[in-house]
Amino acid sequence: MIAFTLNGQPVALNAPPTRRLSQMLREDAGLTGTKVGCDAGDCGACTVLVDGHALCACLIPAARVQGAQVQTVEGKSAELTRLRAAFLRHGAAQCGICTPGMLMAAAELLADNPTPTVDQATMALGGVLCRCTGYAKIIAAVCDTSDTDPQPASGPAVGQSLPRIDGAAKVAGDSFGADYAPDGALILRAIRSPHHHASFDFGDLSAFAARPGVACVLTAQDIPGRNIFGVIPPFADQPALAETHARFRGEAVALVAFEHGAEPDLTDFPIRWTPLAPQMDPELAEQPDAPLIHANRPGNRLTQGRVIKGDVTAALAASAHVVEGSIQTSFVEHAYIEPEAGAAWLDGDTLVIRACTQAPVMDRDDTAAILNLAPDRVRIIPSAVGGGFGSKLDISLQPLLGLAVLKTGRPVRMTYSRAESMASTTKRHPAMMRGRIGCDATGKITAVDFDGRFDTGAYASWGPTVANRVPVHATGPYLTPHVRATARAIHTNGPVSGAFRGFGVPQAAIWQETLYDRLAEKAGIDPLELRLRNALRDGDPSATGQILHATGIGDCLTALRPHWQRALAECTVPGRGVGIASCWYGCGNTSLPNPSTIRIGITTAGLVTLHQGATDIGQGSNTVIAQIAADGLGVPINSLHLIGPDTALTPDAGKTSASRQTYVSGRAAHAAAQSLRATILRRANAGDGATISVERSLITVTENGARRVIDLAALPTDAYGYALSAQETYDPPTSPLDENGQGTPYAVYGYGAQMVELAVDAALGTVRLLKITAAHDLGRAINPQLATGQIEGGIAQGIGLALMEEYLPGRTENLHDYLIPTTGDVPPIQSILIEVPDREGPLGAKGLGEHVLIPTAPAILNAIRHATGAIITKVPALPHRVLAAIKDVTT
Amino acid sequence: MTAYARPASLTEALRLLSYGPRRLLAGGTDIYPGAGETLKGDVLDLTAIAGLRGITPLDGGLRIGACTTWSTIAEAFLPPALTALQQAALQVGGRQIQNAGTIGGNLCNASPAADGVPPLLIVNAQVELTGLEGTRRLPLADFLTGPRQTARAEDEVLTAILIPADGLTGQSQFLKLGARAYLVISIAMVAVRLTTDGDQITGAALAVGACSATARRLATVELSLIGPIRGAADRIDPAAVAAVLSPIDDIRATAAYRTEAATELLRRAVGALT
Repeated sequence: MIAFTLNGQPVALNAPPTRRLSQMLREDAGLTGTKVGCDAGDCGACTVLVDGHALCACLIPAARVQGAQVQTVEGKSAELTRLRAAFLRHGAAQCGICTPGMLMAAAELLADNPTPTVDQATMALGGVLCRCTGYAKIIAAVCDTSDTDPQPASGPAVGQSLPRIDGAAKVAGDSFGADYAPDGALILRAIRSPHHHASFDFGDLSAFAARPGVACVLTAQDIPGRNIFGVIPPFADQPALAETHARFRGEAVALVAFEHGAEPDLTDFPIRWTPLAPQMDPELAEQPDAPLIHANRPGNRLTQGRVIKGDVTAALAASAHVVEGSIQTSFVEHAYIEPEAGAAWLDGDTLVIRACTQAPVMDRDDTAAILNLAPDRVRIIPSAVGGGFGSKLDISLQPLLGLAVLKTGRPVRMTYSRAESMASTTKRHPAMMRGRIGCDATGKITAVDFDGRFDTGAYASWGPTVANRVPVHATGPYLTPHVRATARAIHTNGPVSGAFRGFGVPQAAIWQETLYDRLAEKAGIDPLELRLRNALRDGDPSATGQILHATGIGDCLTALRPHWQRALAECTVPGRGVGIASCWYGCGNTSLPNPSTIRIGITTAGLVTLHQGATDIGQGSNTVIAQIAADGLGVPINSLHLIGPDTALTPDAGKTSASRQTYVSGRAAHAAAQSLRATILRRANAGDGATISVERSLITVTENGARRVIDLAALPTDAYGYALSAQETYDPPTSPLDENGQGTPYAVYGYGAQMVELAVDAALGTVRLLKITAAHDLGRAINPQLATGQIEGGIAQGIGLALMEEYLPGRTENLHDYLIPTTGDVPPIQSILIEVPDREGPLGAKGLGEHVLIPTAPAILNAIRHATGAIITKVPALPHRVLAAIKDVTT
Repeated sequence: MTAYARPASLTEALRLLSYGPRRLLAGGTDIYPGAGETLKGDVLDLTAIAGLRGITPLDGGLRIGACTTWSTIAEAFLPPALTALQQAALQVGGRQIQNAGTIGGNLCNASPAADGVPPLLIVNAQVELTGLEGTRRLPLADFLTGPRQTARAEDEVLTAILIPADGLTGQSQFLKLGARAYLVISIAMVAVRLTTDGDQITGAALAVGACSATARRLATVELSLIGPIRGAADRIDPAAVAAVLSPIDDIRATAAYRTEAATELLRRAVGALT
């Protein structure tokens, strides 16, 4: 027995002495607020206080806390109380998975130093990784714990920086995929390929299954349905369990379910591997004689997207200035701090899967097909999601959990290890991009000629989306009369490339925005002014021939102009540089249906209920959609009761991707709320100016001093069980692209521009970021604090893309070899919110989530070039690459 | 089955070790990352032995208990010759790692990129190894025999790091180069200790880590620094630095870059002290 004091209470737990303290707290003490992100001390999510010292609970033998005082996020202390309030007030928690670690690390600091400086907080929290926030709001919260909470806001919700609706749970240690374990659940582990490419066959599986504690062993042969899945049905190609050979390192080939605490030695699982020559280089993979990774895809080409407008060759020939360049990007790992995790069980004959996800309805449909179940026999309940950024759009463990539940009839749970998560889930596509951009003597862009090859890895995933999205966006937000843009997705035996915040557009922006700077130099025009001169304006046609409206790029660039001029003037020291880059991004699916449906109802008891099926992965849709709905109905936001997401309880609000939830689900929520409001006003015979209040079972409608009352208790309930309800669907009006990529791929675009100030150490090739100023047109800021949180977090990921993140399969499957920015790597960020309302968006709102990442990396590269002249041809711009590029300038 | 012991005395620890090899566990920050839910094997946890913790005077020098944590080192009042060690202590992982990780564990883990090694090499550190038969002392450079390899016998415990009096003169500086601010494995790191008299450098100790199988002192370069303070950094000859190092290409940097960076860092460290 290990006896210690846990959050002030004496406990004695019967755990193995060398069990990780994190495991003892979670499994034996049942306190799941302590999160496990890496089991290696690399992420700090499991930080607890032992006798007042912050420690990674994953690195301590349980027995070592014998007699000690252990404090977790479930505990109470003066520091924690102040910190929780400050985190809520500052919007410091997004997804919430790092929040317990941040709180505990900060609690250690505050115990000695109640009013730390920014530098002290930055250092104290340097051991906890956050992938969502960019750290600014966390640092601000830790440095500002003395304020009292502001008065609750009144009046319209839209436009207010309301604390997130799910914030209280986040600062208490929210319940993520790994945090719910049904009684008696088996543990599930996958056997995965250690090779990039290999065939395999099994030995005596039944003997392994007969080992003590093993409940079953499962292979592809056990899959009752179609052993193929994929997010884009015509391209679906990925088996839930590989059948005869693995096409990438980390691919699952078998499953072992066992009793909790009885893990068998999986290193002697009976499987024989025959390694095969892997094709890791997309350039070689597209040679005519290259072996095919999928027999039906000649040249290993998954697909190609293209946009052709005008005559690029002639236009470039006639241009006053032309620049040509190529640049290469790397695999980038999403590195959310929550590895994939979930649990599944049977409820009657319904398979219930509770797991982290961005796309519950897609999960349901793919899992049902694999398991040969009708979709309505699968219920997906998204847990709190500890970051997604695109990778949790694809199914991962859902069919594996389901298969084990169906085979055993018992609840099953599964948690990926960090290495497993990194090896087996999707990545950002590495890109090799080349081409030319021309302008006339006055700096007006004449043509863009772009070609990109994207390494889509072993399976399709979102490769087609990247191939189609990139050509549409390759001009950047600039009027470009002649365009030839092609992007092809090429298979390799690399990890599956899928969706990652921007679907290829961040890579293309690196090419286009760095060439823009070189063009500006050639034309002798200031880089900001060149961009402004070409910025898309209302009525301009895009590369796809779409006539644009609500074009905010000019406003963003204009807003940066004084900052730009100030920063240029300050670049008086060698090594100082400033760079700028723009972005635009179409919100929602590219030329495909993309509806969201939202329901809102009032019960006979007067509970206003919002069925909100959009998964909040930290970006804030729970709060933003509720703000929109509250104002649409005309009730205070704190009167709303939220349900969902849950495929059994919420209508389909689509997937959390493509910056679509505020715009598409928000628009559906607004429509549903307005529809319900219209119903109420009609019943009360009141006009649109009337106010509505709901108290107990009475709705009071007041107009010009006259009050009318609707007695909800007297109304019959409708099909949804409400006295009054409304459900509305919104689908963005788009049109297909023709063979030249002409058409209306998106109904709404968001715009932005960012400016980076930095210092390059020319002798070491290191880069120190000094300040980033970001202007983003989001149409209407529904919640400004959540919006700036998106900007700061997107910039942090852009910093990683530019300066440090390079996933090498088999070599960087952890968070100490794969580096993401820490507190010390994100400079001060000044956000400027631009509101150019879009007629399609709810109250004018546009998407923002992906836009914010796009300009950061090219702005950094442009600033490095401004500082040193160095042209970076491969990102990340690691110190040795920067130094080599600096030397290329001088030799 | 796992046997776990956390004795309160060194004698008891050595007695347990005499029954057969056990995995020695100090802070756990290098051992636990490779473990499953539970650390397997027979484990001897050294962290309850009071005599292995703390920094005490010894023969005009200092004795640092092997299980002294990085936080303790960073917060201790130490002579300027150990400023480099204290600077390194604040760059070993983040705060959580510094609260758990120990200086002895860092040496026994014997990573080529161990942050503790260059600052100890420049103060002529010795290690104290204790077995049932007694205690022996080894220069740190002899203790580290290769990547992940040390001269510790299976029945010995690294009990202390000893800094002799002649290592405690002068001022020191540590510089670490990585691709991010915190929680980063070094691309290269250097530690420098200079003793000066008026405008002359009378003693110089330089070490480079993460650029060879084990961190190295640079004797030739040290000699070249003896002389006027003015221009000392410029006297560091890149060829002489390169001659000692044998860096590799890896995910963090190229070998050529490491060699070049090492010279630059040494010059800066010397520059910061002169």
